[in-house]
Amino acid sequence: MDLTWQPSEQSFRTEAREWLAAHVPGPMPSGDTREGFAAHLEWERALFAARWSAVSWPKRFGGRDATLWEWLIFEEEYYRAGAPQRVTQNGIFLLAPTLFEFGTPQQQERLLPRMAAAEDLWCQGWSEPGAGSDLAAVRSRAVRDEAAGGWLLSGQKTWTTRGAFCTHLFGLFRTDPDSARHHGLTYFLLPLDAPGVTVRGFERLDGDEGFAEVFFDRVFVPDQDVVGDVDQGWRVAMATTGSERGLTLRSPGRFMASAQRLVELARQRPSDQLRDRVVQSWIEAQAYQQFTLQQVTGIVDGKPSGPESSLNKIFWSELDVRLQETAMDLLGEHGELDSPWSRGFQFALAGPIYAGTNEVQRNVVAERLLGLPRV
Amino acid sequence: MRFEVGAEAAALRDAAAQVLAGQAPVAVLRAGWPGGDPGAPAAAWRRVADTGAVGALVPVAAGGLGLDENAVVPLLEALGYNGLPVPAVETIAIGAPLLAIAGSDRLQGVLGGDCQVAAQLGDSDLLPFGQRAELVILRQQDTLRVYERTDLELTPCVTVDGSRALARVGQLRRGGSTLAATPGVVASAWWRGVLGTSALLVGLAARMLELTVGYVRQREQFGAPVGSFQAIKHALASALVAVEFARPAVLAAGWAQAARVPDAARQTSAAKVLASDAARLVARTAIQCHGAMGYTTEYDLHLFAKRVWALAPSWGDPAWHRARIAESLGV
Repeated sequence: MDLTWQPSEQSFRTEAREWLAAHVPGPMPSGDTREGFAAHLEWERALFAARWSAVSWPKRFGGRDATLWEWLIFEEEYYRAGAPQRVTQNGIFLLAPTLFEFGTPQQQERLLPRMAAAEDLWCQGWSEPGAGSDLAAVRSRAVRDEAAGGWLLSGQKTWTTRGAFCTHLFGLFRTDPDSARHHGLTYFLLPLDAPGVTVRGFERLDGDEGFAEVFFDRVFVPDQDVVGDVDQGWRVAMATTGSERGLTLRSPGRFMASAQRLVELARQRPSDQLRDRVVQSWIEAQAYQQFTLQQVTGIVDGKPSGPESSLNKIFWSELDVRLQETAMDLLGEHGELDSPWSRGFQFALAGPIYAGTNEVQRNVVAERLLGLPRV
Repeated sequence: MRFEVGAEAAALRDAAAQVLAGQAPVAVLRAGWPGGDPGAPAAAWRRVADTGAVGALVPVAAGGLGLDENAVVPLLEALGYNGLPVPAVETIAIGAPLLAIAGSDRLQGVLGGDCQVAAQLGDSDLLPFGQRAELVILRQQDTLRVYERTDLELTPCVTVDGSRALARVGQLRRGGSTLAATPGVVASAWWRGVLGTSALLVGLAARMLELTVGYVRQREQFGAPVGSFQAIKHALASALVAVEFARPAVLAAGWAQAARVPDAARQTSAAKVLASDAARLVARTAIQCHGAMGYTTEYDLHLFAKRVWALAPSWGDPAWHRARIAESLGV
């Protein structure tokens, strides 16, 4: 056990902290609205210009070759500084890890620098009206167009986060018409302005137009935009779900910062009745940090996190709900007013749903970590 | 940054776990209950001592292993998992290192496993293992004093975990000698006790979860293993989440104590809260998932659950530790 940072990591932290202190903008409208998204894009481009948009990526793609440890440090500093939400996260944190693992060198060269620069903005096309937590029920299909050297995509995706504002989509489509469940799916990349694509934004629970449904009517996608092998999309996609459930989407820094803000709120609005819950949220945020340090040590040693990422997902999402509920209770009657806490509370309720509901995560934990029988 | 149990600590833990698995089956745990043969757990403890475990925190020059809190946490987790009814925390984390500092002639007997140490460092008059331990450490204001058990007026108590051989300490005390009078030494002994107890709780939780998983995989109702039902899966998944997030917190608190970082006490409080709450959740879930089988004393589960119910409120209950953290956070 050695829970200290190297001098190089400390100077990385200092550099990040100083840059953020000088550049983090004031409050801006939600990135899940049309005007807010534009403001967030400016911020993303400022991050990229200073090479902070994807620190763990290789330098040639716009990153800093930062270690996983340094990435954790950056996240801590990012949320500590109260920096804006990352509207690029579905590309940088979900698609990019898949491209690093399964993408061709040409795909990496072509897509990653534009992603880091927030020139291409990626959304995730997985869920469908009939395929939510049960992702393997995907019905949108792709038909081979041999002459044109590609595929024709048809069907519908929905609950696509920021789909109305993004420029590109990565998604799963059924390429083998006779296949069922997780067989015969393929992972595709496509621009949302391709002929045959229709996007309709709609409001989330919090009133922002953060969701979209995306319709595909014989949309042509060339072979160069298939990730991994044809019919192997499930395996390719699962690499991303590990990232989505695990630490790359929700690093501990985020919850440490939220817990610190909760503590500050409780100092301003002291409550004997709520003190224990404030402390509990603080304890749980520390626990998520310790768990992550243990997990990252394993990853650095070459032990990838598989179904364990479901433990992360359950813990951080439920910690977040409890933390935000405590903040709402501290605010009392004022909790009803629109505020960062009110928005944080509503957004936290999505945590146990997206990236696979926590009910599905508990099945994964029970079956794959505890070895309980599948029916 | 490396968050992992080091090689020496893992070797000690594994050696102790192997001895415990061979020498302390559940029959030995049951022997620790009233009416049983207390010689059985005592004999198993001597075999544990043969691994050097009791001297984990004792300097090499004094006959110990010269390790630190980083090694004590995994070791005590293994002891918690096994459930051997001995004052392991009090003897390993408090008695042995303090006797070594004091240059006591009782140290060798403690290291050899012939002499167990009971301790009460809080404000309570309840002394776990007070009916059996040869030496007793008591706090009087800011001083720790060590007594022969026969020097004290000890009244056996009936408790939820009969194998803890609890006694009430009376006012009449003969003899005894000062073991520690420095506030820092007394305080760090307390926090090592909190840490060690947290580790025991994690081990107990892991054991109960393992028992329950084994049971629900083979127990059939409605024509299927009950472990195939989602209600059971979700309850046990929640139990695993609690254990998996408590364990690193306890390891981190151990590191913080060993490294003497300024907020080591606060981290230890957090660890005790998480470990106590996790162990109680697992105990309750385990009993529920066993159905009526879990509500018997013939089945082994109750041995571990009752230990949890005794340990969770000891060395500061979760409310006490949360209040300390609240104070340090200024809320």
